[in-house]
Amino acid sequence: MIDIVNKRNWFFLISLLLIVPGILSMIIFGFKLGIDFSSGTLMTLHFNRAVEQSDLRQQMSQLGYGDASIQKTSQGDFLVRTREIDAEQKQKIIDGLKSGLNAEVTILDFSSVSPMVAGEVARNAVIAVAFASVFMILYIAFAFRHMPNPFKWGFSAVIALLHDALIVLGIFSILGWMAGFQVDSMFITAMLTIVGYSINNTCVIYDRIRENVRKGVSKDFALTVNVSILETMARCINTSLTVILVCLAIYLFGGVTIQQFILALLVGVIVGIYDSIFVAGPLLVLWERGLKTSKYAA
Amino acid sequence: MKTSNIWLLIFILILFCLCLWLVVPLEGDRFGRQGLTLGLDLKGGAYLVYEADVSKRDPSQTVDQVMQSVLSKIERRVNAFGVKEPIIQRQGENRILVQLPGEKNIDEAKKLIGKVALLVFKETIPDASGQPTRDEKGEIIWQNATAVGTDGKTKELTGQYLKPNAKVVLKSGTNEPEVAFEWNDEGAVLFEQITKRNLDKPLGIFLDNELVSAPTVRAVIKNSGVITGVDMKEAQALAIQLNSGSLDVPLKIILEQTVDATLGADSIKRSIVAGAIGLILVILFMVLYYRMSGVIATLALLIYGVILTAIFKMVPVTLTLAGIAAGVVSVGMAVDANILIFERMKEELRAGRTLGAAVEAGFKRAWLAIRDSNVTTFIACIVLFWFGDTFGAFVVKGFALTLFIGVSLSMFTAITVSRLLLTISVLIIKNRWLYGVKA
Repeated sequence: MIDIVNKRNWFFLISLLLIVPGILSMIIFGFKLGIDFSSGTLMTLHFNRAVEQSDLRQQMSQLGYGDASIQKTSQGDFLVRTREIDAEQKQKIIDGLKSGLNAEVTILDFSSVSPMVAGEVARNAVIAVAFASVFMILYIAFAFRHMPNPFKWGFSAVIALLHDALIVLGIFSILGWMAGFQVDSMFITAMLTIVGYSINNTCVIYDRIRENVRKGVSKDFALTVNVSILETMARCINTSLTVILVCLAIYLFGGVTIQQFILALLVGVIVGIYDSIFVAGPLLVLWERGLKTSKYAA
Repeated sequence: MKTSNIWLLIFILILFCLCLWLVVPLEGDRFGRQGLTLGLDLKGGAYLVYEADVSKRDPSQTVDQVMQSVLSKIERRVNAFGVKEPIIQRQGENRILVQLPGEKNIDEAKKLIGKVALLVFKETIPDASGQPTRDEKGEIIWQNATAVGTDGKTKELTGQYLKPNAKVVLKSGTNEPEVAFEWNDEGAVLFEQITKRNLDKPLGIFLDNELVSAPTVRAVIKNSGVITGVDMKEAQALAIQLNSGSLDVPLKIILEQTVDATLGADSIKRSIVAGAIGLILVILFMVLYYRMSGVIATLALLIYGVILTAIFKMVPVTLTLAGIAAGVVSVGMAVDANILIFERMKEELRAGRTLGAAVEAGFKRAWLAIRDSNVTTFIACIVLFWFGDTFGAFVVKGFALTLFIGVSLSMFTAITVSRLLLTISVLIIKNRWLYGVKA
């Protein structure tokens, strides 16, 4: 029998190794905030001929936007982010680029958010995450109300979730300064979706533990947990796998605009498999046994 | 087979045929609905949130009155501009959401909508020699032109006394655009006095405190006039603005999202390809791993897809790019319940149950896990919908709504369609290997 529960300290160590660099990055670098959280303008520029990024950058600084961040998309368009601009300034940029780069320019999409709205969005995002977490904890406690200690189950499930969320947040904090990944309201959407979805696998495993405890599979709780994890492992991987397959399809073939969003979903679902199988179950045992591991009683 | 199952089969068949008829062909007219309703990011257009500076309102009016008035004026302007199916809503205390789907001249539309467009006539201050007084830079000093109205009170001459029939005309000879306007009775009384007083002097026409033109008054005029010194586009916008009336308070854009229609068309194409590939991958995996059960899951998935599309078309649900992504992701989630059931069924078969009993037990025992896992996704969707609604992020809202519909429907198809098909299937095909256990 594969032993997951008694190797739990190894898995907790792996989790720490996954979480700590992310937390450090969050403390040192924080996140690169999208315009809906920090205000500004984001636009996608399309030119009718190939334009070098350096030329575009030079033109933008001549127009007075030296601080603009410019990224080339995989389709050869440019994502330009700068301070909040109005219609007149936008027209000046279009005219300036047209003559400076000698190319027709189309603004494929344009979003502009004022500082006041950005503040509200950021505040609402925090409220949304808080609300979602509280309701999920309550629901999980409710779902496990027939167990001897429902909050122990609810708490463990939520810690597994936070673990998932922390790893994803860490990864995207690191991606923020390495690859310019921006945290915006779509990222929050991805996070909440991940949280709502990842808990599914934990529910499946806990459900099985609950059933096996009732059936009296073993007097040893640690063994019951281990058996339950092994029994449900294939379905946990398979349910996530189907979601990973569709996300991969959208990531590779879908539009550029939602690539970052799908990437966040993808990472979250993959990490979700790990924490459902290797963290959520062992956490329950941790409550009872602490870090000390011992052979299973029969 | 139990009678209840026969009724269920009939119900599902009718539902499926109905939904199939609703969505094939997609563009076909069904109860007045044609095709799918696309969001701004897919068909292009503008999403604008204006904030009104209500502190600058006329103190005799309440905020609600002012906002109502501004809203109806914006509506008139948008309609006159010719946008199809615009959405104009008040948001919160002092904000106005304007959605212009499919609009190409967004910058023009923005200028047209958000401008106060207060037209004021001003006159010069004649000095001792009758010439206009000028400041140290040599610019004419203007003052608001006033006259005595029919009620005996002194009034300023502004755009509020115009009839709502201003129009763009071309000046004969030069073909320059002009906006021709007519005064109402009160305006005519005022205008007559002012033109009489200012004969052979310039009269300044100001729009939002900017001088548009300053024609010299050649005769006493009563009923009508023209505004020159504008180009064609400005003239068209000005005519619409004069007819709608000037806004009661200034507006400022605080949130703007505009998408070019070409990007939207490209997004749709890519989404369809991505969705199809995702669907094929899921079906391949299910059939290879779960064999006959996988075939049943595929059938259930197709029924799911048809019903989902029918809901999208008939409600109608406004599809955004993120919404389509949610639809595709929900396909991956829709088979989850099937996987839980099939795995459970395999266990029951291994434990020695017959095929029929294993199907029943599989569904019964998987139900709790299915319920628990979907409720948490619902919670996330509801919170996200609220989050998207508070600041008008239609993208977030679209995602949450579509995912919610998708997950709810997938629960329905898993516990009815898959269950029924599996029940029928085990009556016909008795090979245990096909259901995932050793023969």
